[in-house]
Amino acid sequence: MARALYIKEYRTLLSVSGPLLVFDRLSGVAHGEIVEVITGEGEARRGQVLEVNRDRAVVQVFTGARGIDVETTRAHFTGEVARLGVGMEMLGRVFDGSGRPIDAGPPPIAERDFEIGGLPINPFARDHPVDFIQTGFSAIDGLNTLVRGQKLPIFSCFGLPAAEIAAQVAVQAKVVGRDESAASEPFAVVFAAIGITHREASYFRTRFEESGARDRTVSFLNLADDPTVERIMTPRLALTAAEYLAFERDMHVLVIMTDMIHYAEALREVSTAREEVPGRRGYPGYLYSDLSSLYERAGRLKGKPGSITQLIILTMPDDDITHPVPDLTGYITEGQLVLSRELHRKGIYPPIDVLPSLSRLMNAGIGPGKTREDHRNIADQLYALYAQGRDLRRLVAIIGEAALSAEDRLYLDFADRFEGRFLDQGRSARDIGETMDRAWELLSMMPEGALKRVRGEYIRKYYRRPASHA
Amino acid sequence: MPNAKETEGRLCRIAGPVVVAEGMRGARIGDVALVGEARLIAEIIRLERGQATLQVYEDTIGLRVGEPVVSTGEPLTAELGPGLLAGIFDGLERPLPEIQKQAGHFILKGAAVPALPRAARWPFAAAVKEGESVEPGDVLGTVPETPRLTHKILVPPGVGGHIAEIREGQLSVEESVALIEARGNRGPIEVRLMQRWPVRQGRPYRQKLSPNTPLITGQRVIDTFFPVAKGGTAVIPGGFGTGKTVMEQTLAKRAEAQIVVYVGCGERGNEMTEVLAEFPCLVDPHAGVTLMERTVLIANTSNMPVAAREASIYTSLTIAEYYRDMGYDVALMADSTSRWGEALREVSGRLEEMPGEEGYPAYLGSRLAGFYERAGRVVCLGKDSREGSVTIIGAVSPPGGDFSEPMTQASLRAAGTFWGLDVNLARRRHFPAIHWMTSYSLYDAGGWFDAEVAPDWREQARLAMSLLQKEEELLEIVQLVGSEALPDAEKAILQVGRLLREDFLQQSAFDPADEFCSPKKQYWMLRAILVFYHGLVEALGKGAGSAKAMALPVLSEIARMKEIPVEKAEQEIRALVERTRAALGGLRDG
Repeated sequence: MARALYIKEYRTLLSVSGPLLVFDRLSGVAHGEIVEVITGEGEARRGQVLEVNRDRAVVQVFTGARGIDVETTRAHFTGEVARLGVGMEMLGRVFDGSGRPIDAGPPPIAERDFEIGGLPINPFARDHPVDFIQTGFSAIDGLNTLVRGQKLPIFSCFGLPAAEIAAQVAVQAKVVGRDESAASEPFAVVFAAIGITHREASYFRTRFEESGARDRTVSFLNLADDPTVERIMTPRLALTAAEYLAFERDMHVLVIMTDMIHYAEALREVSTAREEVPGRRGYPGYLYSDLSSLYERAGRLKGKPGSITQLIILTMPDDDITHPVPDLTGYITEGQLVLSRELHRKGIYPPIDVLPSLSRLMNAGIGPGKTREDHRNIADQLYALYAQGRDLRRLVAIIGEAALSAEDRLYLDFADRFEGRFLDQGRSARDIGETMDRAWELLSMMPEGALKRVRGEYIRKYYRRPASHA
Repeated sequence: MPNAKETEGRLCRIAGPVVVAEGMRGARIGDVALVGEARLIAEIIRLERGQATLQVYEDTIGLRVGEPVVSTGEPLTAELGPGLLAGIFDGLERPLPEIQKQAGHFILKGAAVPALPRAARWPFAAAVKEGESVEPGDVLGTVPETPRLTHKILVPPGVGGHIAEIREGQLSVEESVALIEARGNRGPIEVRLMQRWPVRQGRPYRQKLSPNTPLITGQRVIDTFFPVAKGGTAVIPGGFGTGKTVMEQTLAKRAEAQIVVYVGCGERGNEMTEVLAEFPCLVDPHAGVTLMERTVLIANTSNMPVAAREASIYTSLTIAEYYRDMGYDVALMADSTSRWGEALREVSGRLEEMPGEEGYPAYLGSRLAGFYERAGRVVCLGKDSREGSVTIIGAVSPPGGDFSEPMTQASLRAAGTFWGLDVNLARRRHFPAIHWMTSYSLYDAGGWFDAEVAPDWREQARLAMSLLQKEEELLEIVQLVGSEALPDAEKAILQVGRLLREDFLQQSAFDPADEFCSPKKQYWMLRAILVFYHGLVEALGKGAGSAKAMALPVLSEIARMKEIPVEKAEQEIRALVERTRAALGGLRDG
C-alpha cells in the first residue's frame, strides 16, 4: 500500500449511529484503513473503515462515538491498515485494549511492525502439534491432553473458577518426555483481557507475579468499563504479539484470551449498527469466520521452534453449550474443557466435566515415549465407566439404589470414586505418572471383564488384583 | 474459449468479500476477474447495466475505491492432468507447497501459481494410431501417475474426428499429445496432457447407472447396517466433538476407493496437517501404494477467505469427476458442507438478498441438491464403455447439534445415506457415534453382501437390528423400574444388546487391528454374538440362570474379537463360535 506524502483531512461526517460514523466526499479510501477521528474538543480516537461505497465510507470507532458531533468532527484517513509495533521489550509490560502502554513505562521499542489482522497460515506450512504439555490436572493430562500449538477453550458458567484453572495452567505447564534442555526452552504468556472485571484482571496479575511469570508476560487489557468496540481489536493485538514472540523469536507462547463472550457481543453490536442480516440470536452470519480468524492463529510452523498455544475462556450464557458462541467456538477449536456447576457445588476442583470435554490433538501427544503406551486405552475406559455410572445416578434418583444389581452398584461406586480420587485434586499439581497410577487404582476396582477398552497386554501389565475388590 | 473478452472497470464499492465495479459492460456472469493492483481472484456474480458485483476469493482488506478490475472472459476452471495425486491445493486449486516456496509460512494475497507443475515431464504412451477415428472420452494414451495408477488421457468432451498426429515419450503438461482432425470445417484440435474444465459445470458421461454395489468402508456400523453405494451419497451430521472429522479421515484412509478427494472446507488447519503428516506414511492395503498417492487434498481452512470455500467444493468435485471419467471409483470427502453453506449465506447477505430460513439464501436447497447430484455411477464417454463412480460423503455441522436446521434438512433431501452422529454416544466414547436408531441407508446393497460374503448376511443384520431395537424399548422400561424387575428372557436381550453395542458397533479408529474390519470379519463377529444369543435363549428356556450365562469366560473372548487381525478373523472366530456353542450347551445341560 502506498503511503501518502500528506494526509488529507475530511470534515464530511454525514451521520453517527452507534459506534459507526459515515463520511462522504472521500477519495481513494481503502477497505480496512485506519482512521484518526478528532472530536470538536481535539480528542483523537482510532477507527477503521468497514465498508466503502464510492465516495462514502463507514468507519467504526473503537472507543465509541460518545461526544462526536457532525459539525466539528474531523477525520484523517491514514492509508494504513491496523498495525502493531512489536519487540522483545513488550515482555513484562501492560497495554490497554488498543495497544497503548498503561503501566507508566515508556512505549517499548518496536523491532518489527505487523498488521494486526494477521495472515492465514498456509496449511502445508503447519507442523503437526505433538508435544505433550503437562498441566498438572488429572482431568486434562489424563483424559483431555493438551499439546503445544493447540487451541483449547474452557467453557465456563458464571461463578465457576475458569480463571483459576487458566492461571494455574499458565503457571505450572511444562513439557515432559523430552530431554532436559526442554526445560530451558523460552516460554512466554500473552494475556488478552476482553471485557472482564478489574477483579478478574488483578487476579491474573497477582498469580503471574507470585509465580515469577510476570517478566515473561505481555498483557492487553480491555476491562468491563472500557469501550466495547475496542474488544474487537484486543485479541488481534495479543495474537500479533504472540506471533512475533513465537515465530520471530522462537518462543513457546501461551495465549490466554478471556472472555470471548464479550468479544462476540462487541461484534454483534457493530453488526447490528450496520443493519446486517442477523444469524442466530442476532449474531452476525460471519461469526464463525470471524472467530476462526482468531483461533486459527494458534499452531506451529515447519522449521520454526516456537509455538502458539491458546487457552480461551468462554462463559456460556445461561450455562448453554448450544449458544452460538460456544457452539461455533467448539467447531473451530481442537476440543473443549467444560466446567460443571454440579461438580463445583460438590467442592471438586477443578470442576471439569470430562464427559462433554475433549482434546482433539490428544492422540498425537500421548503414547509410548511421550506419556505411556496404555494412555489412550485408560482414557477411553475411564470415560466409558464414568458415563455408565453417571447414567445410573439418574436411574437411582427414580427407582432407588435397592433396585440396582450388584454390578450396577459397582459402576455407581466407580463414578463417585472417580470424582473424588481422580478429578478432585485441590490446588496441588500432579505429574502424569501420578495421574496414570490413580487411573489404574480406579480401574482395578472393576472386574477385568468390564475393561473392554483396554488391550489385554496392558491389563496384564498394570491391573492390580487388590483385596479392595469387595 | 470462444468470445473471450477482457473488460476493464473500476472498483466503486467494497464490503467484506463482495465488491462492486463499474465500467464492466461486456462482462459475463460467472467469469473470473482480477481485482485491484494485487490482482485478487474474483468471480462475477451479478450484473446490472455497467456494474458488476463480484465475490472475491481473497482477503479484501486494503483494496481501494478506483482500483482496476479486469474480467478475464473465462469462467472459473480447474486444471486437470497428471500431477494432481498426492497434491495439496487451496480452494482455487493453487498448490500450497508452491505458495509456501514463494511466500513463506503465511499465505499472501494474489498468488498466481498454476495447479500442475509446468516443468515436470511425464512418460506418455499412445493408445491410438494416426488416422484412427476417435470420439469424446476415448483413451488417447496413458501416463503412469503413480506406481499403481494409470492416468488416462482422454479425448475432451465435444471433440471428435481422426487422429492427425499422436506423440509419445516424455511430455510436460502443456505439450500437445495429439492433433485431432475434427469433423466439419474446423481446423485440427490440439489435445494436451492437461485440460481445463469449468468447475461449476458437471463433466459429461454417457449414462447414469443405479448405484447398488457397496463402497466397502471397513466400518462395521456402516457396512453391516447403513452401507453407502459406489456412486451414492452420504451425509454425516453431528455436533462438535461427535467425530465427524475422525469419521471422514477414517473413510478417506480405509474406504475401498481408487481415488480419494478430500476437501477441508472451512475447517481446522491442524486437521489438514494431520492428514499430510499421516497419509504419506500409511500404505493403502488394496493398492500397495501410500495413501497419499491415491489422495488429492483441497484445503481451504476456516481462516482462509470465505468465498474460496464456496469454490473449493466445486474444484474438488471437478477433480473427482475427471478421475471418474477414466473409469475409477472416486470418493469425495467434504468436511464440512455447512461451512460451504455459511459461505453462501455470507455472500448472499452482502448482496442484500432476501434471506430464507436462518439467514440462508432461498436457493440453498437447490445448490445442495446440485452438488449431491454430481455423484453417481456412470458409463463414461468413450468407445470402451468403462464405468466409473463418484461417491460423495459430506459432513454437516449443525449449530447446537440440532438436526432440524436448514443445512441438515436440505442435505437429507439430497442424500441416500444418513449417518446421524449422537452427542450422548460421543460423550461416553462410543465411537463411531453413528446412532443405529436414527440412521438409514436407501441403497439396496444387501444383495451384494449375500452373494459375495455370506448368504445369510442380510438375515443376520436384520436380526441384530431387531435386537438393538428391542433393547432400546427395554431400556426405557429399565429407566422406570430397574433391570432386576425384568424377566430372564428380556434380561438376555439387554445383555446381547450390550454385546452388540460394545463388541460390534464400537470400533476404534486408532487401533491398527480394529480400524479396518473386512466384510468377512464383520460377518463372523456378528455371527459369534448371535450364536451366543441363540444359545442363551435356549439355555434360559431350559431353566439356566441368566447371571450364570453372563459370567461365561467366552464373553471376554467375544469382547476381544476386535483385536484379531483381519487375515485370521474367520478361522479364529469360527473356533470361538464353536466354543460359545459348547459353553452355552454346558450351561443348558448342567
